[in-house]
Amino acid sequence: MLGKLTWNAIPFDQPIPLIASALVLVVLAGVAYIVLRRGWFPYLWREWITSVDHKRIGVMYVLLALVMMVRGFIDALMMRSQLALAADGAPGYLPPDHYNQIFSAHGTIMIFFVAMPFMIGLMNFAVPLQLGVRDVAFPTLNSVSLWLSAAGVLLVNVSLLVGEFAKTGWLAYPPLSELAFSPGVGVDYYLWSLQISGVGSLLTGINFTTTILKLRAPGMGYDRMPIFCWTALASNLLIVAAFPILTATYAMLLLDRYLGFHFFTNEAGGNAMMYVNLIWAWGHPEVYILILPAFGVFSEVIATFSGKPLFGYRSMIVATLAICMLSFMVWLHHFFTMGAGADVNAFFGIMTMIIAVPTGVKVFNWIFTLFGGRVRFTTPMLWSLGFICTFVIGGMTGVLMAIPPADFVLHNSLFLVAHFHNVIIGGVLFGAFAGYTYWFPKAFGFTLDERLGKASFWCWLVGFYLAFMPLYLLGLMGATRRMQHYDVPGWQPLMIAALAGALLIALGIFFTVLQLMVSIRTRDRRRDLTGDPWQGRTLEWSTASPPPAWNYSVLPRVEGADAYWGMKQAGRESRDAPADAEWEEIHLPRRTSVGVVLAFFAVVAGFALIWHIWWMAIVGGIGLIGTGIAHGWRTEHEEEIDAETIAETERARRRATT
Amino acid sequence: MSLVDALTETDHDTDKTPISERGPAPVEIVVAFGFWLFLLSDIVMFSALFAAYAVLSGQTAGGPAGPQLFDRMNVLIETGCLLASSFTCGLFTLSIEARNKPGAYLWAAVTFALGAAFLAFELTEFTRMIAQGAGPTRSAFLSAFFTLVGTHGLHVTFGLGWLLTMMAQVATLGFQPMVVRRLLCFSLFWHALDIVWIGVFTIVYLGAH
Repeated sequence: MLGKLTWNAIPFDQPIPLIASALVLVVLAGVAYIVLRRGWFPYLWREWITSVDHKRIGVMYVLLALVMMVRGFIDALMMRSQLALAADGAPGYLPPDHYNQIFSAHGTIMIFFVAMPFMIGLMNFAVPLQLGVRDVAFPTLNSVSLWLSAAGVLLVNVSLLVGEFAKTGWLAYPPLSELAFSPGVGVDYYLWSLQISGVGSLLTGINFTTTILKLRAPGMGYDRMPIFCWTALASNLLIVAAFPILTATYAMLLLDRYLGFHFFTNEAGGNAMMYVNLIWAWGHPEVYILILPAFGVFSEVIATFSGKPLFGYRSMIVATLAICMLSFMVWLHHFFTMGAGADVNAFFGIMTMIIAVPTGVKVFNWIFTLFGGRVRFTTPMLWSLGFICTFVIGGMTGVLMAIPPADFVLHNSLFLVAHFHNVIIGGVLFGAFAGYTYWFPKAFGFTLDERLGKASFWCWLVGFYLAFMPLYLLGLMGATRRMQHYDVPGWQPLMIAALAGALLIALGIFFTVLQLMVSIRTRDRRRDLTGDPWQGRTLEWSTASPPPAWNYSVLPRVEGADAYWGMKQAGRESRDAPADAEWEEIHLPRRTSVGVVLAFFAVVAGFALIWHIWWMAIVGGIGLIGTGIAHGWRTEHEEEIDAETIAETERARRRATT
Repeated sequence: MSLVDALTETDHDTDKTPISERGPAPVEIVVAFGFWLFLLSDIVMFSALFAAYAVLSGQTAGGPAGPQLFDRMNVLIETGCLLASSFTCGLFTLSIEARNKPGAYLWAAVTFALGAAFLAFELTEFTRMIAQGAGPTRSAFLSAFFTLVGTHGLHVTFGLGWLLTMMAQVATLGFQPMVVRRLLCFSLFWHALDIVWIGVFTIVYLGAH
């Protein structure tokens, strides 16, 4: 009846996951109690859960990412404290089986459920506003994407209490991830949650590529598009081209595990290296899917706070698209040691070094944008400056490892771990926080506390160096990654330093949470009535903060790059338009529950497949198909905002600013 | 203006503004463009399966190889069914353009029948192979074969379900713009499956060694 699911699935003998899950359940129950008690649920259902407004979907993505960042970071703290203890014969406090799950969950969560939703959230929020339009190309699909990502998140977190997570590392290489060596449900949790959220990501890619290429305000030609939209375009093109490979690869591993196929097994001609090739054919583009939008954020932030147009706008676009293309030609550098031979390794080594060239172009463009500018050191700007310094170091250690002989020595060591954290924290995460603090006032109509924001930044920056510079050294000394204990007493001081760095980062996260709470409490003092708190250059700053559901009462007419800056120079503010202007009614997409219903059935089906509860999988499948078909008969797709509502909104905005 | 005209409209157009600066595109174009992107992503997924097949096609693990298993005559007829269904799908699209309901039902029925015949051939082949002990668990080659061909078959099955749903939509909702857009997407999907099948036919069946 319940397949493989029995009471044994609950880890009663392991206090750590048990207490952690109990804590999560208490928090969830508390939130649910407050929401129901205060009668917030109808509001949340109407205005958020079933919303198809790209701004709200963006906010929910970022919230999801922030929550999961705390989860992933707790994993990180556990690993660092384990390694600070487990020296010279000491066992530490995490048994190897549990430790293996923690590093696998940490990597999986940080990439798929923190970095991805954070970047997709920022794109959701900012891209349609920057393009000067009212929504994305497929608003309902956008809601489906969000809820499918949330479904994946839910399944990963269920694995904490019910069963186990993969012990195979974040990419689940076979043959270890095959049934013969991982008979438990851990790998199945991994595979199904990523298959479900991967469909969400693919739909996002299609949606945003279509939006950017087909929906732009009148006058916004390609050479006038804000640079963040360009990087978002490159990132979404990569999603469309790369995520199907991931889907196919995981499908093959699932067939091996569920139906006894032989794609990657050791028997009957299976080829495990094919999995490694395929997964990195997705995985390398994936790192650019994450970093390119971050580059876009930095470009916007640096131009805004230097008070100058971005230096080398066109070369930035060329560099972005060059990276987009080259990202598909370097995947083999993740496994130079496979033994493909000197020629193949040399090719991929050289391609990897070449990809540093467009990245270098970008770094110089940012520096030249700063040069001679009137620089304002706000929180988003600090994240950007911290990024430039940190990312250059991470990039250089990457080029170092692009040399195959060096890689033979350094691969699988903590040097590699230090390198990719150096680019992912220093690049993607700093970019995410820069974007979060930059666009927060636009999303909510008040600014974030600058002092706490800066405190968070400095904790992260110093904490990062303290946590990861020792890892470079340890890697050079021969410490391997995914190591649960070690015999060399000399490594312990560096491990303790790394733990101290992680604790400093924890303080940074604390300041981020505190900043949010303090800013909400003091929001009346920090209202942004103009809609343009930073003296922005792009269109999103020309509308109100927060923007009305329809973004722009009249679609802006774009006459050059940095469209809003140009309007301000010409003395043409949208809020200065005559108050008695004739407003026209606007059609907006109607809210729909199809996204959350599909995600519900996806969770049912995913959970059932993980535990081999076949009847329940059929129920989930029928639910998915039935919901899809029923949605096909929905004929009312739009609702009308009448001209009087728009006129009243515009009048209110004028009253507030004058 | 008909849908085909809307999609190909450029030359009888007097507006001198570059297309990229004309503001948001109409919904027909947005939907068709998005669906093209989906098809491209689907073809990327197939390309991963083709790559796996190419790597594993020689790995028979002492079991039967392609030439011993495939009945090329059967596959040729099967291919004929699918290609003919693409042609009738074209006629189906023309009936939709003419808003001709009986014609649309007729050509949808013929397309469905040919697609179902294709599937019947495929399932017969699969059951015959499994009965001979050449199922997907026999060798890596057969795993890759069943996955590649089976994924295409699943797409055809999905397409048949979609076609039935669309006919129910035409019957209940008529030729609303929304329904017509979806019908156009269906025909794109159906033709794309043909393109994938040409690859399967050439690489898997003609290329068997």
